Amino acid sequence: MLLEIRNLHVEVEGKEVLKGLNLNINPGETHAIMGPNGAGKTTLASTIMGNPKYMITDGDILFEGKSILEMTVDERAKFGIFQSFQYPEEIPGVKLRNFLKLAYDTVHPDKKLSVFDFGDLIVKQADKLKIDRSFLDRYINVGFSGGERKKSEILQLNVLNPKLAVLDETDSGLDIDALKIVSDGIKNFANPKVSVLIITHYQRILDHVKPDFVHVFMNGKIVKTGGMEIASELESNGYESLTV
Amino acid sequence: MNKSIQTFGNIDNTVESTPGLSKKLIEKISLSKDEPDWMRRLRLKSLEIFLKKPNPNFGVDISDLHINEIVPYLKPDAEKSTSWDEVPEDIKNTFEKLGIPEAERKVLAGVGAQYDSEVVYQNIKKQLSKLGVIFLDMESAVKEYPEIVKRYFMHAVPPNDHKFAALHGAVWSGGSFVYIPENVKVPMPLQAYFMMASPGMGQFEHTLIVVGKGAKLHFIEGCSAPQYSVSNLHSGMVEIYVEEGATMRYSTIQNWSKNTYNLNTKRAIVDKDATMIWVSGSIGSAKTMLYPASILKGKGARAEHMNITYAGRNQHLDTGSKVVHLAPYTSSKVDARSISSNGGWAFYRGLLRVSQMAHHVKSTVECSALMMDDESTSSTLPIIEIMNNEADVGHEARIGRIKEEQIYYLMSRGLSEDDAKALIVRGFMAPIVKQLPLEYAIEFNRLVSMNFESRLG
Repeated sequence: MLLEIRNLHVEVEGKEVLKGLNLNINPGETHAIMGPNGAGKTTLASTIMGNPKYMITDGDILFEGKSILEMTVDERAKFGIFQSFQYPEEIPGVKLRNFLKLAYDTVHPDKKLSVFDFGDLIVKQADKLKIDRSFLDRYINVGFSGGERKKSEILQLNVLNPKLAVLDETDSGLDIDALKIVSDGIKNFANPKVSVLIITHYQRILDHVKPDFVHVFMNGKIVKTGGMEIASELESNGYESLTV
Repeated sequence: MNKSIQTFGNIDNTVESTPGLSKKLIEKISLSKDEPDWMRRLRLKSLEIFLKKPNPNFGVDISDLHINEIVPYLKPDAEKSTSWDEVPEDIKNTFEKLGIPEAERKVLAGVGAQYDSEVVYQNIKKQLSKLGVIFLDMESAVKEYPEIVKRYFMHAVPPNDHKFAALHGAVWSGGSFVYIPENVKVPMPLQAYFMMASPGMGQFEHTLIVVGKGAKLHFIEGCSAPQYSVSNLHSGMVEIYVEEGATMRYSTIQNWSKNTYNLNTKRAIVDKDATMIWVSGSIGSAKTMLYPASILKGKGARAEHMNITYAGRNQHLDTGSKVVHLAPYTSSKVDARSISSNGGWAFYRGLLRVSQMAHHVKSTVECSALMMDDESTSSTLPIIEIMNNEADVGHEARIGRIKEEQIYYLMSRGLSEDDAKALIVRGFMAPIVKQLPLEYAIEFNRLVSMNFESRLG
């Protein structure tokens, strides 16, 4: 198993947000977690990544069979976990290209790519994702539109090539074209060795990506698990229908 | 508050007595340098002013600065050089990390003369003299070009400007003299580095630059490796005259050892349609007071000030800029950034003055400060005085703490916390640092990374 979440309880600023969440993800699988606003979707993504703002009060997270609770954020990244953010931060003065090279060298210390080879790699990925090459020489997320930020996240995902992608509301604020680009980017990343966890409010990205499992996440727990049929059900009946 | 071109604040009236700094000593210095009479008299007049003038009552705390301790180093027959063994450990470590070669270390520690650079220097000199450029150490210039030197020396910054200008006038030693004739555009930057002619100098160095009409010069001051000060005071002076239509760019990195008081004065007089560009990085010293100034004297003159200050542990760096618009249609742009970390204190002090005569002035002043932690302090004091109604002046000041979310974002891609911080700081500094000469920019970034124990090269 790649990711195993056992009875996870998490507090944010003294309030319990995750209340005994369980989730298992095998290599090669794509999972979707759907939940209403305020259900704790971002809390889940950030807890997997290790954001110190979120306090784990009970339970465990295992990655490749090993508990990662004691690991720092960067150690988890090096271990193969990647979080795509709903609102990626701006880093003025730092070019995406230079930052990605630094990150790549850190998470793949064995693959020593020259600046030129790395340049080829990111240009190839950018072209494949129909992301304008000029993005690479802009400062990280500075002046990017919402859609451009999400594309940049997906580009980073494809370049850094982790084992687990945790995508937090990657579809929010995207127009139809951008949604397709981002979805294609996720599909481009997916392969039998890696796993994807899509956290979303809406079905529409799932129509493109077609996850193997769909989980319904409410009140800090997964309340229902199934296939794509659950997503359609939610879209037509709303989360209300599941509250009982 | 009473502010003038010379000072930012009021003056207190405590006069420090300095028995070691005597008329006799100054006479001796002048004699040993075989100076003309006018220079001897300028020194003596400066000494008189120094002894009378109170300390500035703004800026860094200089109550621990004992002028008498520098006196032994001023004696012309004194042993100025120190041995490599006496250089403090942290400086040595920095040299090691930076990989400064042995020969260079000796120069920087003030032991050996600069044998290696001599040849290079002579070659440059030949090329330049064909163009009519004068590039000399200050002592030689006083003797070889007395007319020119006398016309400009301490005219932009007179000895009565402030106490440390007076001290400088009395004891100055070393520095560079540059004269660029009309319409000569010097193709490569000149570096003061080549001018470190005698050991131990550089603490009261005087740099005098005259850029003739329509001429162009890029001058780079100092070297980027830490300068070890044998006494604990550096009080240099830079005077620049940018004549009509000329362009002058002055780049510098200040990296004095962490025991130094760096009380420096830099001023440019900018004539009609001329341009003055200051690019400064300050990272060294215990305490610094430095406000490069541009006096826009001629119609259409322009000034640009780009300044980055990094104050780490036990440092109080009080830096900024002064721009005085005296003529119509003059313009200026100030971009000052500072970082404080590990309890350091970065203070931005800026003065923008638009005189009554200076109509149609355009100016933007931007100062931003980044604090790395709770123990560090950033302050900004931008003073803007506009004496007429036809000035277009924009001002922006920002002070903020480094954002946890930014650090988290970078760490989620694999960067360590230290690397993430260093990268954010680099990004913050980037617009200024990339204005520095390339090797200086790289060096500055490395020095900052070292402060974060970051491995970023």
